[in-house]
Amino acid sequence: MIWDILGIWVAAFLTLAILSFIFGDNPIYKLAEHIFVGISAGYGVILALNQAIWPSIQMGLMPSQHFFIKFMTIIAILLGILTLIRLEIFSYIFPSLVWLSRVPIAFVVGIGSGITIVASIQGFIFPQVSATFLPVLSPNYTIDFSSPLNFLNSLLSVIGPFVILLGVITALVYFYFSTEQRGILLGIAKIGILIMMITFGASFGYTIMARFSLLISRFYFLLSDWLNLLK
Amino acid sequence: MKAILDFLTLIDRRIIYSILIFSIIVPLFLKPSLPTRPTQEVIDAYNAVESLKEGDVLLISTDYGPSAYPELQPVYEVVLEQAFRKNIKVLLMTHWQFQGLIVGVNGIEKVAKKFNKKYGEDYLILGFKPGVAGVMVGLSEDFRNVFPNDYYGKPIDSYPIYKQISGDDGVLNYKDIDLLFGFEAGATGDFWVQIVQARYGVKMAFSVTAVMAPGYFPYYQAKQVVGVVGGLKGAFDYESLAKKKGLASLIMVSQIPAHTIILLFILLGNIGFIIRRIIK
Repeated sequence: MIWDILGIWVAAFLTLAILSFIFGDNPIYKLAEHIFVGISAGYGVILALNQAIWPSIQMGLMPSQHFFIKFMTIIAILLGILTLIRLEIFSYIFPSLVWLSRVPIAFVVGIGSGITIVASIQGFIFPQVSATFLPVLSPNYTIDFSSPLNFLNSLLSVIGPFVILLGVITALVYFYFSTEQRGILLGIAKIGILIMMITFGASFGYTIMARFSLLISRFYFLLSDWLNLLK
Repeated sequence: MKAILDFLTLIDRRIIYSILIFSIIVPLFLKPSLPTRPTQEVIDAYNAVESLKEGDVLLISTDYGPSAYPELQPVYEVVLEQAFRKNIKVLLMTHWQFQGLIVGVNGIEKVAKKFNKKYGEDYLILGFKPGVAGVMVGLSEDFRNVFPNDYYGKPIDSYPIYKQISGDDGVLNYKDIDLLFGFEAGATGDFWVQIVQARYGVKMAFSVTAVMAPGYFPYYQAKQVVGVVGGLKGAFDYESLAKKKGLASLIMVSQIPAHTIILLFILLGNIGFIIRRIIK
């Protein structure tokens, strides 16, 4: 119980400390910022060791484990150690060995690219392209006149696929730089800009909504959990 | 005229902040009841969990931290309540290191206690592993390859829940997962869709922060995901579907006046800007 109360007071203090940035950079804000960075880094390191690195080594080097798995685990450990050479302190002591740290990075980049390039094509480009064209090729022209809202919804579902197709094509034309954009190409590109501006506006609106949600929840915490004013 | 234009375009930020804070605090005290009409994406996400049967497996990935708490935690808790009420087996994991674990573990322990669910029998916390894409591919073969031990350091196959859900072959992988519900404050959900849904056909739904929502709706439109809950409004809709007055419903009352004030200031600033241009 006492720890819960203490936790709420610490959270309230840190919330107010971060909000104090409204008056400009100040020592209280800096204190909260440093506490956050310090705790995050420390907790993150311990958790990575405890949850990821140590269990993987333990499992990989178990006596019952196949020789190949043990061998691969040792390779992984060596690659992990090579990554540490990138630390500034090592680069001062062994400057001629820093290049070795590129080997594990090459592994990560290679594996990452291998997985994600295929995934992007298989799981993003193909499904999205078909989802852009298929509704236009097989449209549903049913309009519901039962109520104004249903009418609007059904109208949007008829127009929607065409708007999406228009947006995709015009935005792609805007990024087509192989020839000078003039005449009809320029006109289409301008529609593409307009579509993109609307998209950015929608994203920005969503971003504002997200930030406000966070601010409101902090006020709710201060008024409810800390000051106990919201009964 | 100049004074009016200066007022419109150069409003002191302290005045803006004060009005905003006032618009946030007052509704929290008044607690007005808000009507809502949940969007189809939210209804579909809700129904995806509701359609699960007793004994089905729900894999939850809490890929967010405290900064997304007000938007995602309400949905996370309602999803857990739906699952535990229907005796669905829950597996929890995260790609978001300590932050995802903190919010995930706190949420599941709180809801499990409410429904008298036992750890290792009704739910299992797999924990965190780095390397998003590699982890997802690894899980397709055997969960034990990626998570040999659970969050508490015990082998995952030593728990009764593992034996129940891993089937006759004793191997737990995506074929045993009936629904994946991702809580995303970043791009991890893209990996879930592009790797796991595309390759292994796992049914999935997402609750995402408002910032990420525009990026997830195309997946819903393309039927790659069965539902998307976007931002606080989505969380509020989700709670309303579950007939629950949780955090999202409590703080949503301030969202509307705060947005109205912002819109008003944008409008005032632009009116001032346009008039100034016309006069020049």
